[in-house]
Amino acid sequence: MAAAPQPLLEVQGVTLQYKTRHHLVTATYRVSFDVYPSDRFVLLGPSGCGKSTLLKAVGGYIAPTEGRIQLKGIEVKRPGPDRVMVFQEFDQLLPWKTVKQNVMFALEASGRFRGRDAEERAMAAIEKVNLTRFTDSYPHTLSGGMKQRVAIARGMVMEPDILLMDEPFAALDALTRRKMQDELLELWEGTKFTVLFVTHSIPEAVRIGNRILLLSPHPGQVRAELNSDGTDPEDASGTRLSDRIHRMLFAGQESEGEAVPHV
Amino acid sequence: MSSPPIHGTPAQRAEYVREQVPEHDFGVVNKPLTTWERIYGNSAVRKTFILLLLAAAWQAYAVYLDNALILPTFSDTLKTFVQRMWSGELLKKSWASILVLLYGYGIGLALALVFTVLAMTSRLGTDLLETLTAMLNPLPAIALLPLALIWLGLGNPSIIFVLVHAVMWPIALNTHSGFLGVSPTMRMVGRNYGLSGVGYVRKILIPAAFPNILSGLKIGWAFAWRTLIAAELVFGTTSGSGGLGWFIYENKNVLDIPAVFAGLFTVIIIGLLVENLIFRSVEHRTILKWGMHS
Repeated sequence: MAAAPQPLLEVQGVTLQYKTRHHLVTATYRVSFDVYPSDRFVLLGPSGCGKSTLLKAVGGYIAPTEGRIQLKGIEVKRPGPDRVMVFQEFDQLLPWKTVKQNVMFALEASGRFRGRDAEERAMAAIEKVNLTRFTDSYPHTLSGGMKQRVAIARGMVMEPDILLMDEPFAALDALTRRKMQDELLELWEGTKFTVLFVTHSIPEAVRIGNRILLLSPHPGQVRAELNSDGTDPEDASGTRLSDRIHRMLFAGQESEGEAVPHV
Repeated sequence: MSSPPIHGTPAQRAEYVREQVPEHDFGVVNKPLTTWERIYGNSAVRKTFILLLLAAAWQAYAVYLDNALILPTFSDTLKTFVQRMWSGELLKKSWASILVLLYGYGIGLALALVFTVLAMTSRLGTDLLETLTAMLNPLPAIALLPLALIWLGLGNPSIIFVLVHAVMWPIALNTHSGFLGVSPTMRMVGRNYGLSGVGYVRKILIPAAFPNILSGLKIGWAFAWRTLIAAELVFGTTSGSGGLGWFIYENKNVLDIPAVFAGLFTVIIIGLLVENLIFRSVEHRTILKWGMHS
Protein backbone atom coordinates (compact mmCIF):
# COMPACT_ATOMS: atom_id res chain seq x y z
CA MET A 1 0.00 0.00 0.00
CA ALA A 2 2.86 2.35 0.77
CA ALA A 3 4.60 1.37 -2.46
CA ALA A 4 2.39 3.13 -4.98
CA PRO A 5 -0.74 4.54 -3.40
CA GLN A 6 -3.55 5.01 -5.88
CA PRO A 7 -5.35 8.33 -5.79
CA LEU A 8 -8.92 7.95 -4.61
CA LEU A 9 -10.17 10.93 -6.57
CA GLU A 10 -8.59 12.12 -9.79
CA VAL A 11 -9.52 15.46 -11.24
CA GLN A 12 -7.86 15.95 -14.62
CA GLY A 13 -7.93 19.16 -16.63
CA VAL A 14 -11.41 20.05 -15.55
CA THR A 15 -13.02 23.12 -17.10
CA LEU A 16 -16.40 24.05 -15.70
CA GLN A 17 -18.84 26.44 -17.27
CA TYR A 18 -22.31 27.51 -16.36
CA LYS A 19 -24.86 29.69 -18.05
CA THR A 20 -26.41 32.75 -16.52
CA ARG A 21 -29.14 34.66 -18.29
CA HIS A 22 -26.78 36.58 -20.51
CA HIS A 23 -23.37 34.95 -20.23
CA LEU A 24 -21.55 31.69 -20.36
CA VAL A 25 -19.29 31.86 -17.32
CA THR A 26 -16.13 29.82 -17.02
CA ALA A 27 -15.83 28.90 -13.36
CA THR A 28 -12.62 26.87 -13.51
CA TYR A 29 -10.07 26.39 -16.25
CA ARG A 30 -8.19 23.08 -16.60
CA VAL A 31 -7.89 22.30 -12.93
CA SER A 32 -6.14 19.07 -11.97
CA PHE A 33 -5.50 17.49 -8.59
CA ASP A 34 -5.43 14.09 -6.92
CA VAL A 35 -6.90 13.21 -3.57
CA TYR A 36 -5.50 10.18 -1.73
CA PRO A 37 -7.29 8.03 0.83
CA SER A 38 -7.53 9.72 4.25
CA ASP A 39 -6.54 13.08 2.82
CA ARG A 40 -7.95 16.21 4.33
CA PHE A 41 -7.81 18.03 1.03
CA VAL A 42 -8.69 21.71 1.06
CA LEU A 43 -9.74 23.83 -1.92
CA LEU A 44 -8.83 27.39 -0.97
CA GLY A 45 -9.37 30.60 -2.83
CA PRO A 46 -11.21 33.90 -2.87
CA SER A 47 -14.76 34.30 -4.14
CA GLY A 48 -15.06 33.63 -7.84
CA CYS A 49 -12.33 31.01 -8.03
CA GLY A 50 -14.89 28.30 -8.72
CA LYS A 51 -14.07 26.18 -5.68
CA SER A 52 -17.70 25.52 -4.82
CA THR A 53 -18.51 24.80 -8.46
CA LEU A 54 -15.60 22.39 -8.51
CA LEU A 55 -16.94 20.61 -5.45
CA LYS A 56 -20.37 20.34 -7.03
CA ALA A 57 -18.76 18.83 -10.11
CA VAL A 58 -17.10 16.20 -7.91
CA GLY A 59 -20.51 15.72 -6.33
CA GLY A 60 -21.86 14.97 -9.79
CA TYR A 61 -24.24 17.92 -10.00
CA ILE A 62 -22.37 19.65 -12.82
CA ALA A 63 -20.73 17.94 -15.80
CA PRO A 64 -17.30 19.26 -16.81
CA THR A 65 -17.12 20.80 -20.29
CA GLU A 66 -13.57 19.54 -20.54
CA GLY A 67 -11.49 17.04 -18.60
CA ARG A 68 -12.70 14.31 -16.33
CA ILE A 69 -13.33 13.41 -12.72
CA GLN A 70 -12.79 9.86 -11.55
CA LEU A 71 -13.52 8.30 -8.20
CA LYS A 72 -11.76 4.97 -7.67
CA GLY A 73 -11.12 4.90 -11.39
CA ILE A 74 -14.78 5.29 -12.31
CA GLU A 75 -16.00 8.44 -13.97
CA VAL A 76 -18.32 10.63 -11.92
CA LYS A 77 -21.52 11.17 -13.86
CA ARG A 78 -24.29 11.90 -11.38
CA PRO A 79 -24.81 12.54 -7.67
CA GLY A 80 -24.54 9.46 -5.52
CA PRO A 81 -24.22 8.35 -1.90
CA ASP A 82 -20.55 7.41 -2.37
CA ARG A 83 -19.81 11.16 -2.33
CA VAL A 84 -21.81 12.83 0.42
CA MET A 85 -22.04 16.61 0.44
CA VAL A 86 -22.18 18.76 3.56
CA PHE A 87 -23.37 22.25 2.68
CA GLN A 88 -22.99 25.64 4.27
CA GLU A 89 -26.71 26.31 4.32
CA PHE A 90 -28.64 25.22 7.40
CA ASP A 91 -31.60 24.12 5.28
CA GLN A 92 -29.67 21.06 4.19
CA LEU A 93 -31.41 19.33 7.10
CA LEU A 94 -34.97 18.34 6.32
CA PRO A 95 -37.07 20.43 8.72
CA TRP A 96 -39.87 17.86 8.87
CA LYS A 97 -37.56 15.21 10.31
CA THR A 98 -35.98 15.01 13.74
CA VAL A 99 -32.23 14.75 14.16
CA LYS A 100 -32.42 10.97 14.22
CA GLN A 101 -34.81 10.82 11.28
CA ASN A 102 -32.55 13.11 9.28
CA VAL A 103 -29.59 10.81 9.78
CA MET A 104 -31.71 7.73 9.13
CA PHE A 105 -33.11 9.36 6.00
CA ALA A 106 -29.67 9.18 4.40
CA LEU A 107 -29.40 5.46 5.05
CA GLU A 108 -32.94 4.65 4.00
CA ALA A 109 -33.22 6.88 0.94
CA SER A 110 -30.01 5.44 -0.44
CA GLY A 111 -31.25 1.94 0.36
CA ARG A 112 -28.22 1.06 2.48
CA PHE A 113 -30.05 0.12 5.66
CA ARG A 114 -33.61 0.05 6.89
CA GLY A 115 -35.50 0.00 10.16
CA ARG A 116 -33.60 -1.25 13.16
CA ASP A 117 -30.16 -1.32 11.48
CA ALA A 118 -30.56 2.21 10.18
CA GLU A 119 -31.64 3.41 13.61
CA GLU A 120 -28.68 1.86 15.39
CA ARG A 121 -26.21 3.30 12.93
CA ALA A 122 -27.87 6.68 13.10
CA MET A 123 -27.68 6.67 16.89
CA ALA A 124 -23.99 5.79 16.79
CA ALA A 125 -23.28 8.64 14.38
CA ILE A 126 -25.27 11.09 16.49
CA GLU A 127 -23.30 10.03 19.55
CA LYS A 128 -20.06 10.73 17.71
CA VAL A 129 -21.06 14.35 17.22
CA ASN A 130 -22.32 14.61 20.82
CA LEU A 131 -25.96 15.22 20.03
CA THR A 132 -27.50 12.22 21.82
CA ARG A 133 -29.55 14.56 23.99
CA PHE A 134 -31.15 16.10 20.91
CA THR A 135 -32.01 12.92 19.02
CA ASP A 136 -35.71 13.72 18.84
CA SER A 137 -35.42 17.46 18.33
CA TYR A 138 -36.46 19.15 15.13
CA PRO A 139 -33.75 21.10 13.30
CA HIS A 140 -35.35 24.51 13.83
CA THR A 141 -34.82 24.15 17.58
CA LEU A 142 -31.06 23.63 17.20
CA SER A 143 -28.28 26.21 17.01
CA GLY A 144 -26.29 26.67 13.83
CA GLY A 145 -23.34 24.65 15.10
CA MET A 146 -25.60 21.79 16.14
CA LYS A 147 -27.28 21.77 12.74
CA GLN A 148 -23.91 21.46 11.05
CA ARG A 149 -23.00 18.62 13.42
CA VAL A 150 -26.17 16.80 12.39
CA ALA A 151 -25.26 17.33 8.73
CA ILE A 152 -21.79 15.92 9.41
CA ALA A 153 -23.27 12.94 11.26
CA ARG A 154 -25.60 12.34 8.34
CA GLY A 155 -22.66 12.43 5.95
CA MET A 156 -20.45 10.18 8.06
CA VAL A 157 -23.11 7.57 8.72
CA MET A 158 -23.06 6.81 5.01
CA GLU A 159 -19.37 5.95 5.22
CA PRO A 160 -18.84 7.56 1.81
CA ASP A 161 -15.66 7.15 -0.19
CA ILE A 162 -15.20 10.86 0.17
CA LEU A 163 -16.94 13.53 2.21
CA LEU A 164 -17.46 16.78 0.31
CA MET A 165 -17.72 19.84 2.54
CA ASP A 166 -18.75 23.17 1.03
CA GLU A 167 -17.73 25.88 3.52
CA PRO A 168 -19.61 24.01 6.24
CA PHE A 169 -18.61 26.40 9.02
CA ALA A 170 -18.79 29.69 7.13
CA ALA A 171 -22.19 30.66 8.51
CA LEU A 172 -21.17 30.07 12.12
CA ASP A 173 -19.85 32.59 14.63
CA ALA A 174 -16.10 32.63 15.17
CA LEU A 175 -16.08 30.75 18.48
CA THR A 176 -18.37 27.98 17.26
CA ARG A 177 -16.44 27.78 14.05
CA ARG A 178 -13.17 27.18 15.89
CA LYS A 179 -14.79 24.49 18.00
CA MET A 180 -16.28 22.75 14.97
CA GLN A 181 -12.88 22.65 13.30
CA ASP A 182 -11.43 20.88 16.33
CA GLU A 183 -14.34 18.46 16.40
CA LEU A 184 -13.95 17.66 12.72
CA LEU A 185 -10.26 16.86 13.29
CA GLU A 186 -11.19 14.66 16.25
CA LEU A 187 -13.71 12.77 14.13
CA TRP A 188 -11.04 12.35 11.48
CA GLU A 189 -8.65 10.91 14.08
CA GLY A 190 -11.31 8.30 14.76
CA THR A 191 -12.03 6.93 11.30
CA LYS A 192 -9.53 8.65 8.97
CA PHE A 193 -12.18 9.39 6.37
CA THR A 194 -11.28 11.22 3.19
CA VAL A 195 -12.57 14.73 3.01
CA LEU A 196 -12.56 17.40 0.32
CA PHE A 197 -13.09 20.71 2.05
CA VAL A 198 -13.87 24.06 0.43
CA THR A 199 -13.15 27.29 2.29
CA HIS A 200 -12.12 30.88 1.71
CA SER A 201 -10.54 31.25 5.14
CA ILE A 202 -6.77 30.80 5.17
CA PRO A 203 -6.54 29.89 8.90
CA GLU A 204 -9.29 27.32 8.46
CA ALA A 205 -7.49 25.77 5.49
CA VAL A 206 -4.19 25.67 7.37
CA ARG A 207 -5.86 24.12 10.38
CA ILE A 208 -8.08 21.54 8.69
CA GLY A 209 -6.05 20.47 5.69
CA ASN A 210 -3.05 18.24 5.26
CA ARG A 211 -2.95 19.33 1.63
CA ILE A 212 -4.13 22.68 0.32
CA LEU A 213 -4.94 23.50 -3.29
CA LEU A 214 -4.76 27.23 -3.94
CA LEU A 215 -7.02 28.54 -6.67
CA SER A 216 -6.81 31.95 -8.28
CA PRO A 217 -10.01 33.62 -9.45
CA HIS A 218 -11.72 34.47 -12.77
CA PRO A 219 -11.60 31.74 -13.91
CA GLY A 220 -10.37 29.37 -11.23
CA GLN A 221 -6.91 28.05 -11.96
CA VAL A 222 -4.49 26.11 -9.82
CA ARG A 223 -1.95 28.42 -8.19
CA ALA A 224 -0.20 25.99 -5.87
CA GLU A 225 -0.57 22.81 -3.91
CA LEU A 226 0.87 22.98 -0.40
CA ASN A 227 1.28 20.72 2.62
CA SER A 228 0.05 21.66 6.05
CA ASP A 229 0.37 20.03 9.47
CA GLY A 230 -2.25 22.16 11.14
CA THR A 231 0.20 24.29 13.11
CA ASP A 232 0.89 27.01 10.53
CA PRO A 233 4.65 26.30 10.53
CA GLU A 234 7.38 28.72 9.47
CA ASP A 235 9.47 27.78 6.45
CA ALA A 236 13.25 28.16 6.11
CA SER A 237 12.97 31.90 5.55
CA GLY A 238 10.81 32.33 8.64
CA THR A 239 7.54 32.97 6.77
CA ARG A 240 4.42 31.36 8.14
CA LEU A 241 2.42 29.12 5.84
CA SER A 242 -0.63 31.35 6.13
CA ASP A 243 1.41 34.39 5.14
CA ARG A 244 2.84 32.54 2.15
CA ILE A 245 -0.67 31.63 1.07
CA HIS A 246 -1.88 35.15 1.59
CA ARG A 247 0.92 36.53 -0.53
CA MET A 248 0.27 34.04 -3.31
CA LEU A 249 -3.43 34.73 -3.44
CA PHE A 250 -3.12 38.48 -3.28
CA ALA A 251 0.14 39.07 -5.13
CA GLY A 252 0.18 42.69 -6.26
CA GLN A 253 -3.23 43.66 -4.95
CA GLU A 254 -4.78 44.92 -1.79
CA SER A 255 -6.71 42.33 0.18
CA GLU A 256 -10.43 42.87 -0.04
CA GLY A 257 -11.46 41.43 3.25
CA GLU A 258 -11.77 38.02 1.65
CA ALA A 259 -9.36 35.26 2.55
CA VAL A 260 -7.60 37.47 5.03
CA PRO A 261 -6.25 35.80 8.13
CA HIS A 262 -9.12 35.41 10.50
CA VAL A 263 -10.48 32.39 12.27
CA MET B 1 -2.29 44.89 19.83
CA SER B 2 0.80 46.64 21.23
CA SER B 3 0.52 49.53 18.82
CA PRO B 4 1.14 53.00 20.25
CA PRO B 5 -1.93 54.80 21.58
CA ILE B 6 -3.90 56.41 18.79
CA HIS B 7 -4.63 60.08 19.05
CA GLY B 8 -8.04 60.55 20.61
CA THR B 9 -8.05 57.30 22.57
CA PRO B 10 -9.75 57.91 25.94
CA ALA B 11 -7.68 57.65 29.11
CA GLN B 12 -6.72 54.23 30.50
CA ARG B 13 -9.15 52.72 33.01
CA ALA B 14 -8.62 49.87 35.45
CA GLU B 15 -9.71 46.38 34.35
CA TYR B 16 -11.87 44.23 36.57
CA VAL B 17 -13.11 40.63 36.75
CA ARG B 18 -16.22 39.64 38.70
CA GLU B 19 -17.36 36.41 40.33
CA GLN B 20 -20.60 34.96 38.94
CA VAL B 21 -23.61 35.51 41.18
CA PRO B 22 -25.11 32.12 42.18
CA GLU B 23 -28.43 31.41 40.50
CA HIS B 24 -30.59 31.35 43.65
CA ASP B 25 -29.43 34.85 44.59
CA PHE B 26 -31.33 36.38 41.70
CA GLY B 27 -34.56 38.09 42.53
CA VAL B 28 -37.05 38.19 39.67
CA VAL B 29 -35.97 36.01 36.75
CA ASN B 30 -39.16 34.12 35.97
CA LYS B 31 -42.20 36.05 37.07
CA PRO B 32 -45.51 34.25 36.46
CA LEU B 33 -48.10 36.19 34.47
CA THR B 34 -51.19 37.43 36.25
CA THR B 35 -54.46 35.57 35.67
CA TRP B 36 -55.81 38.46 33.63
CA GLU B 37 -52.70 38.52 31.40
CA ARG B 38 -53.03 34.79 30.85
CA ILE B 39 -56.72 34.98 29.92
CA TYR B 40 -56.07 37.87 27.58
CA GLY B 41 -53.20 35.95 26.01
CA ASN B 42 -55.51 33.11 24.95
CA SER B 43 -56.78 33.77 21.43
CA ALA B 44 -59.74 31.38 21.85
CA VAL B 45 -60.97 33.44 24.78
CA ARG B 46 -60.55 36.69 22.86
CA LYS B 47 -62.40 35.32 19.82
CA THR B 48 -65.23 33.91 21.92
CA PHE B 49 -65.58 37.33 23.47
CA ILE B 50 -65.91 38.91 20.03
CA LEU B 51 -68.51 36.33 18.99
CA LEU B 52 -70.55 37.00 22.14
CA LEU B 53 -70.38 40.70 21.44
CA LEU B 54 -71.63 40.20 17.88
CA ALA B 55 -74.46 37.96 19.06
CA ALA B 56 -75.49 40.55 21.63
CA ALA B 57 -75.48 43.31 19.01
CA TRP B 58 -77.60 41.15 16.69
CA GLN B 59 -80.07 40.37 19.44
CA ALA B 60 -80.35 43.99 20.49
CA TYR B 61 -80.91 45.29 16.97
CA ALA B 62 -83.44 42.54 16.12
CA VAL B 63 -85.44 43.24 19.25
CA TYR B 64 -85.37 46.94 18.42
CA LEU B 65 -86.45 46.27 14.80
CA ASP B 66 -89.14 43.81 15.86
CA ASN B 67 -89.67 42.37 12.37
CA ALA B 68 -89.02 38.61 12.14
CA LEU B 69 -89.41 38.70 8.35
CA ILE B 70 -86.42 40.94 7.91
CA LEU B 71 -84.24 40.06 10.85
CA PRO B 72 -85.22 37.38 13.35
CA THR B 73 -83.62 37.66 16.77
CA PHE B 74 -80.52 35.73 17.60
CA SER B 75 -82.39 33.68 20.16
CA ASP B 76 -85.10 32.73 17.61
CA THR B 77 -82.46 31.72 15.12
CA LEU B 78 -80.67 29.68 17.72
CA LYS B 79 -83.92 28.01 18.75
CA THR B 80 -84.79 27.12 15.15
CA PHE B 81 -81.26 25.91 14.61
CA VAL B 82 -81.43 23.60 17.62
CA GLN B 83 -84.90 22.34 16.64
CA ARG B 84 -83.95 21.60 13.06
CA MET B 85 -80.70 20.01 14.19
CA TRP B 86 -82.56 17.90 16.71
CA SER B 87 -85.13 16.74 14.18
CA GLY B 88 -82.23 15.61 12.02
CA GLU B 89 -83.25 17.76 9.06
CA LEU B 90 -80.25 20.11 9.20
CA LEU B 91 -77.88 17.26 9.95
CA LYS B 92 -79.12 15.35 6.92
CA LYS B 93 -78.87 18.38 4.65
CA SER B 94 -75.38 19.20 5.95
CA TRP B 95 -74.26 15.67 5.39
CA ALA B 96 -75.65 15.71 1.83
CA SER B 97 -73.71 18.91 1.14
CA ILE B 98 -70.51 17.65 2.72
CA LEU B 99 -70.64 14.39 0.80
CA VAL B 100 -70.88 16.17 -2.54
CA LEU B 101 -68.16 18.52 -1.41
CA LEU B 102 -65.81 15.69 -0.51
CA TYR B 103 -66.28 14.10 -3.93
CA GLY B 104 -65.52 17.35 -5.68
CA TYR B 105 -62.61 18.15 -3.39
CA GLY B 106 -61.07 14.71 -3.78
CA ILE B 107 -61.28 14.70 -7.57
CA GLY B 108 -60.01 18.28 -7.74
CA LEU B 109 -57.07 17.44 -5.50
CA ALA B 110 -56.13 14.39 -7.56
CA LEU B 111 -56.29 16.35 -10.81
CA ALA B 112 -54.26 19.18 -9.27
CA LEU B 113 -51.60 16.64 -8.33
CA VAL B 114 -51.50 15.22 -11.85
CA PHE B 115 -51.12 18.69 -13.34
CA THR B 116 -48.36 19.70 -10.92
CA VAL B 117 -46.39 16.52 -11.45
CA LEU B 118 -46.69 17.08 -15.20
CA ALA B 119 -45.51 20.63 -14.67
CA MET B 120 -42.53 19.44 -12.62
CA THR B 121 -41.42 16.87 -15.17
CA SER B 122 -41.46 18.92 -18.37
CA ARG B 123 -41.25 22.45 -19.67
CA LEU B 124 -44.39 21.90 -21.73
CA GLY B 125 -46.22 20.70 -18.62
CA THR B 126 -45.22 23.89 -16.82
CA ASP B 127 -46.50 26.00 -19.70
CA LEU B 128 -49.72 24.02 -19.78
CA LEU B 129 -50.33 24.51 -16.07
CA GLU B 130 -49.44 28.19 -16.18
CA THR B 131 -51.68 28.87 -19.17
CA LEU B 132 -54.61 26.91 -17.81
CA THR B 133 -54.44 28.46 -14.35
CA ALA B 134 -54.08 31.94 -15.84
CA MET B 135 -57.18 31.31 -17.94
CA LEU B 136 -59.39 29.37 -15.59
CA ASN B 137 -58.44 30.45 -12.06
CA PRO B 138 -60.13 33.86 -12.34
CA LEU B 139 -63.26 32.28 -13.87
CA PRO B 140 -65.88 32.00 -11.11
CA ALA B 141 -66.82 28.36 -10.78
CA ILE B 142 -70.48 29.18 -10.59
CA ALA B 143 -70.30 30.67 -14.09
CA LEU B 144 -69.70 27.18 -15.41
CA LEU B 145 -72.92 25.89 -13.90
CA PRO B 146 -75.18 26.53 -16.90
CA LEU B 147 -72.67 24.69 -19.08
CA ALA B 148 -72.45 21.84 -16.59
CA LEU B 149 -76.22 21.56 -16.61
CA ILE B 150 -76.27 21.12 -20.35
CA TRP B 151 -73.43 18.58 -20.32
CA LEU B 152 -74.22 16.59 -17.23
CA GLY B 153 -77.85 17.28 -16.49
CA LEU B 154 -79.61 18.29 -13.33
CA GLY B 155 -77.91 16.52 -10.45
CA ASN B 156 -74.81 15.92 -8.42
CA PRO B 157 -72.44 15.34 -11.36
CA SER B 158 -72.97 18.95 -12.43
CA ILE B 159 -72.24 20.26 -8.96
CA ILE B 160 -69.18 18.05 -8.67
CA PHE B 161 -67.94 19.30 -12.02
CA VAL B 162 -68.18 22.86 -10.82
CA LEU B 163 -66.55 21.98 -7.50
CA VAL B 164 -63.62 20.32 -9.23
CA HIS B 165 -63.07 23.48 -11.18
CA ALA B 166 -63.24 25.57 -8.02
CA VAL B 167 -60.74 23.37 -6.17
CA MET B 168 -58.26 22.29 -8.79
CA TRP B 169 -56.68 25.57 -9.90
CA PRO B 170 -55.88 27.16 -6.55
CA ILE B 171 -54.40 23.90 -5.26
CA ALA B 172 -52.39 23.30 -8.42
CA LEU B 173 -51.15 26.88 -8.45
CA ASN B 174 -50.04 26.81 -4.82
CA THR B 175 -48.48 23.39 -5.02
CA HIS B 176 -46.58 24.33 -8.15
CA SER B 177 -45.20 27.53 -6.67
CA GLY B 178 -44.34 25.56 -3.53
CA PHE B 179 -42.36 23.04 -5.55
CA LEU B 180 -40.56 25.83 -7.38
CA GLY B 181 -39.65 27.42 -4.07
CA VAL B 182 -37.90 24.35 -2.64
CA SER B 183 -34.34 25.42 -1.89
CA PRO B 184 -31.56 24.23 -4.21
CA THR B 185 -29.70 22.83 -1.19
CA MET B 186 -32.60 20.59 -0.25
CA ARG B 187 -32.91 19.41 -3.84
CA MET B 188 -29.21 18.59 -3.92
CA VAL B 189 -29.49 16.70 -0.64
CA GLY B 190 -32.29 14.59 -2.08
CA ARG B 191 -30.32 13.74 -5.18
CA ASN B 192 -27.18 13.13 -3.15
CA TYR B 193 -28.82 10.18 -1.42
CA GLY B 194 -29.99 8.78 -4.72
CA LEU B 195 -33.61 9.94 -4.78
CA SER B 196 -35.26 10.49 -8.13
CA GLY B 197 -38.68 10.40 -9.76
CA VAL B 198 -41.61 9.62 -7.53
CA GLY B 199 -39.45 9.06 -4.43
CA TYR B 200 -37.89 12.49 -4.89
CA VAL B 201 -41.31 14.14 -5.22
CA ARG B 202 -42.72 12.23 -2.24
CA LYS B 203 -39.79 12.49 0.16
CA ILE B 204 -38.37 15.91 -0.71
CA LEU B 205 -40.65 18.12 -2.80
CA ILE B 206 -44.01 17.48 -1.13
CA PRO B 207 -42.87 17.90 2.49
CA ALA B 208 -40.62 20.84 1.59
CA ALA B 209 -43.48 22.57 -0.21
CA PHE B 210 -46.01 21.62 2.43
CA PRO B 211 -46.68 25.14 3.74
CA ASN B 212 -47.73 26.18 0.24
CA ILE B 213 -49.67 22.99 -0.36
CA LEU B 214 -51.57 23.46 2.88
CA SER B 215 -52.51 27.02 2.04
CA GLY B 216 -53.64 25.76 -1.37
CA LEU B 217 -55.80 23.16 0.34
CA LYS B 218 -57.31 25.83 2.57
CA ILE B 219 -58.09 28.17 -0.30
CA GLY B 220 -59.47 25.23 -2.30
CA TRP B 221 -61.70 24.29 0.62
CA ALA B 222 -63.07 27.81 0.98
CA PHE B 223 -63.73 28.11 -2.75
CA ALA B 224 -65.41 24.70 -2.82
CA TRP B 225 -67.67 25.41 0.13
CA ARG B 226 -68.77 28.75 -1.27
CA THR B 227 -69.36 27.33 -4.73
CA LEU B 228 -71.30 24.40 -3.39
CA ILE B 229 -73.77 26.48 -1.41
CA ALA B 230 -74.20 28.86 -4.33
CA ALA B 231 -74.77 26.01 -6.76
CA GLU B 232 -77.32 24.42 -4.47
CA LEU B 233 -79.15 27.71 -4.18
CA VAL B 234 -79.45 27.82 -7.95
CA PHE B 235 -80.66 24.26 -8.32
CA GLY B 236 -80.35 22.31 -5.16
CA THR B 237 -82.81 19.54 -5.42
CA THR B 238 -81.27 16.34 -6.52
CA SER B 239 -83.01 13.06 -5.87
CA GLY B 240 -85.35 14.80 -3.46
CA SER B 241 -83.03 15.48 -0.54
CA GLY B 242 -80.77 18.42 -1.42
CA GLY B 243 -78.19 20.13 0.73
CA LEU B 244 -77.83 23.23 2.85
CA GLY B 245 -78.18 25.68 -0.02
CA TRP B 246 -81.46 24.06 -0.94
CA PHE B 247 -82.57 24.20 2.68
CA ILE B 248 -82.02 27.95 2.69
CA TYR B 249 -83.82 28.41 -0.62
CA GLU B 250 -86.79 26.27 0.38
CA ASN B 251 -87.33 28.08 3.66
CA LYS B 252 -87.07 31.43 1.97
CA ASN B 253 -89.94 30.36 -0.29
CA VAL B 254 -92.18 29.63 2.68
CA LEU B 255 -90.99 32.79 4.45
CA ASP B 256 -89.57 30.84 7.38
CA ILE B 257 -86.86 33.42 7.92
CA PRO B 258 -85.47 32.06 11.21
CA ALA B 259 -84.86 28.79 9.35
CA VAL B 260 -83.07 30.70 6.57
CA PHE B 261 -80.84 32.20 9.22
CA ALA B 262 -80.38 28.81 10.84
CA GLY B 263 -79.24 27.47 7.46
CA LEU B 264 -76.74 30.30 7.04
CA PHE B 265 -75.64 29.68 10.59
CA THR B 266 -74.90 26.05 9.77
CA VAL B 267 -72.90 27.06 6.70
CA ILE B 268 -70.79 29.37 8.85
CA ILE B 269 -70.36 26.84 11.64
CA ILE B 270 -69.20 24.09 9.31
CA GLY B 271 -66.75 26.52 7.73
CA LEU B 272 -65.38 27.49 11.13
CA LEU B 273 -65.15 23.88 12.29
CA VAL B 274 -63.20 22.77 9.27
CA GLU B 275 -60.87 25.75 9.48
CA ASN B 276 -60.30 25.54 13.22
CA LEU B 277 -60.41 21.81 13.87
CA ILE B 278 -59.06 20.19 10.73
CA PHE B 279 -56.74 22.72 9.13
CA ARG B 280 -55.51 24.17 12.40
CA SER B 281 -54.59 20.80 13.83
CA VAL B 282 -52.90 19.75 10.60
CA GLU B 283 -50.93 22.97 10.80
CA HIS B 284 -49.95 22.30 14.40
CA ARG B 285 -48.80 18.81 13.63
CA THR B 286 -46.83 19.78 10.56
CA ILE B 287 -45.47 23.17 9.67
CA LEU B 288 -45.60 24.66 13.16
CA LYS B 289 -43.89 21.62 14.66
CA TRP B 290 -41.28 21.69 11.92
CA GLY B 291 -40.71 25.43 12.22
CA MET B 292 -41.58 25.92 8.55
CA HIS B 293 -44.11 28.74 8.89
CA SER B 294 -42.83 31.82 7.17
